[in-house]
Amino acid sequence: MSYNINEKGYYGDFGGAYIPEMLYPNIEELRENYLKITSEPSFQEEFHQLLKDYVGRPSPLYFAKRLSEKYNTKIYLKREDLNHTGAHKVNNTIGQILLAKRLGKTRIIAETGAGQHGVATATVCALMGIECVVYMGEVDIARQAPNVARMKMLGAKVVPAISGSRTLKDATNEAMRDWINNPVDTHYIVGSVVGPHPYPDMVARFQAVVSKEIKNQLLEKEGSEDPNYLIACVGGGSNAAGTYYHYLDNENVKIIAVEAAGKGVETGESAATMVLGNEGIIHGSKTLLMQTKDGQITEPYSISAGLDYPGVGPMHANLYKTGRAEFIAIKDDEAMKAGMQLSKLEGIIPAIETSHALAVFETKKFKPEDIVVVNLSGRGDKDLQNYIDYFKL
Amino acid sequence: MNRINKKLQEDKKLLSIYFTAGFPHIDDTVTIIQNLEKSGVDMIEIGLPFSDPLADGPTIQDSSKKALQNGMTSELLFEQLKDIRNTVSIPLIIMGYFNPILQYGVEAFCKKCKAIGIDGLIIPDLPVDIYHSEYKSTFENYGLKNIFLITPQTSDERIHYIDSVSDGFIYMVSSASTTGAKSGFGNIQTDYFERISTMNLKNPQIVGFGISNKDTFNQATKFAKGAIIGSAFIKHLKENTIEDLNSFILPILNKH
Repeated sequence: MSYNINEKGYYGDFGGAYIPEMLYPNIEELRENYLKITSEPSFQEEFHQLLKDYVGRPSPLYFAKRLSEKYNTKIYLKREDLNHTGAHKVNNTIGQILLAKRLGKTRIIAETGAGQHGVATATVCALMGIECVVYMGEVDIARQAPNVARMKMLGAKVVPAISGSRTLKDATNEAMRDWINNPVDTHYIVGSVVGPHPYPDMVARFQAVVSKEIKNQLLEKEGSEDPNYLIACVGGGSNAAGTYYHYLDNENVKIIAVEAAGKGVETGESAATMVLGNEGIIHGSKTLLMQTKDGQITEPYSISAGLDYPGVGPMHANLYKTGRAEFIAIKDDEAMKAGMQLSKLEGIIPAIETSHALAVFETKKFKPEDIVVVNLSGRGDKDLQNYIDYFKL
Repeated sequence: MNRINKKLQEDKKLLSIYFTAGFPHIDDTVTIIQNLEKSGVDMIEIGLPFSDPLADGPTIQDSSKKALQNGMTSELLFEQLKDIRNTVSIPLIIMGYFNPILQYGVEAFCKKCKAIGIDGLIIPDLPVDIYHSEYKSTFENYGLKNIFLITPQTSDERIHYIDSVSDGFIYMVSSASTTGAKSGFGNIQTDYFERISTMNLKNPQIVGFGISNKDTFNQATKFAKGAIIGSAFIKHLKENTIEDLNSFILPILNKH
C-alpha cells in the first residue's frame, strides 16, 4: 500500500479536483504539464541552484542537545527557519514560479493567512520580475502589519478579502475567483498541500527537498537514514508533507502530525480538523474539514494564523484515516510554553506554528535511544507581538 | 417527459431566473417562485446557499451569506418546497455547491428532489468526469437532469463530451468570470455564442453570467435557446418587494 498520490489524483479516498468548469482549463493545463516540466533537467538544475544560493539550502539538521537532555531522547531540529524569508514556504514558491515561467504566465496570484506564503510569493515574483497580487483577509491584514509591509516592499499588490469571515479561507476563495476571471495569463501559487489536484502533489514534491535532506543528514550523523519519529505541525500541511514525503511508505519511521487545538477541542475555538472535522469538499479537494451538519464550512480558531485553516491537505486526511500518522492536538497555551522553552534552551525563537510541534514532548514520552526529527518550520520574528502580548514581555 | 425537456421544445426563447433561497427573508422562497411564474418566467433556479461560493461574485456571495444568517438549510428548503407542485408548473432546478449535497447524502438529496418535483440540479463544483463515473446513475434513478457548464475556454472536444453526458440543456457561461462580474457582451461573446451554435450539439444552450436586462437577454438569445439572470435579479430583490417582480421581468419578456 502506498500513502502517496495515485494516478487519478487521490490519496486513498481523498483529493481529486472538485472545481467549477471555469477553472477546468487552468487546472488541466497544470495537470498535464507539472510532472513533465518539473522533471526536465534544466528545471531541476535551476530549482536546486536557487534553493542553494538564494534560499540557503540545505538547511541544517541540528542536534538539540539541551532539549534532548530535558526530555531524555535524541531530538534533531530541521532548521527550515533559517531559509530566506524565514520558513519552509519559499521551497514551494521557488518551484512554482519556475513552473509558471515555463508555462508562459505573466501574472501571479496567491492567498495568504499570516502572510508567510504571501511574502514568499512576493519574494520570488520580485526575483523573476513578474507581477504579483496577494489576497489576504481583511482581518489578517490588520493583525499582520509587518508582513503586509514586506509584501509591499517586494512590489506585490495586497488585496483585502472582504467576503465571509475575512481570513485565510476567504482569501483562498478570492484568489480562486481572480483565477476564474483571469484564466489565461495568470498562475495561482497555492501555498499549501491543499486545493484541487495537482496542487497537493505538486506542492508536496517541491517541499520534499526537506525529507530528502533529512535522509542524507541523518545518515551522516547517525549512520542510518531512518529516524524513529518525524514530527511536524499541520495547518494545510505543507511543511509536514515535505517532512514525511520520502518516508511515507517506510513504516519503520513513525509519523506524528500536530494540529492546533486552539483554546481546546471542546471549546468551539479550535482548528483541530481531525478531531472536529468530517469528509467533505473544500477549495476543490475532497478531504476532512470542519463544517456544520448542513455542509457549511465553519471558522477555525488558533493563536497561530498559519494553522488557522478549517481543512487539511488530502495526503494528511489519508494518513489520519489509515492510521499511518498519529495526530495530536496542542492547545494555544501548550504551544506558547514550548516556544518559550526552545528559546531559553536552544537560543532559537520558533514560529508559533512550529511551537505546536515542539509541545508534543510534554504529552508524549519517547525512549532515550529514539531519534526524533522535528521540522522547525519557521522562525518567530513574525510572532513577536503575539509572544509579547502573551508573556507580557 | 421531464419538465425541462418539455419546456425546451417550446418555440420561444426561454427566460430563466436564479435566486438564493432564504434571501431576502427566510420565508420568501415559495412566494418568489410563484410570482416569477406569474410574471411569465420559463424556468427557475433555486440557489441553495453555501458558505464558500467560489464561482460567485459579490452579489450572490452576499445573498448567500444573508440566507445562511437567516437560517436556510437543505432540510428547511425541502420543507418549504414540499407543496410547490400544487401551485407551480414550470421547471424548477436547484443550484448549489457540492459540499452541502454531499453532507445531506447524494442519494437522499436526489430522492427528496424527486418527491418534491424538482426537475434538475446545477452543481458548479461537481465536474462532469466525477459525475459521470460516480453519480450519474443515482441522478437518473430519480429522474433528475444534471446541468453542466461550458465557458469560452472549454475545448470543442470537452464540449462534445459534456453534450454526450447531458440530457436537458447546456449552461453556457458567457465569459471567463464569476457571477455578476461583467455586464454586456462584446465581440468575444457573440463570436463564442455563434461558434457554439454551429457545433450541432444535441442539447440546447442557455446562456448565463452577464445578462441583466432586455438588451443583454436579446443578445444572448440571438444564438441560444434562452438566458439566465441571477445577480441582477438579486439586486432587484434587495431594492423592491417580492410582490413586485413584474417591474423586473416584464420589460425583458415584452419584446418576445
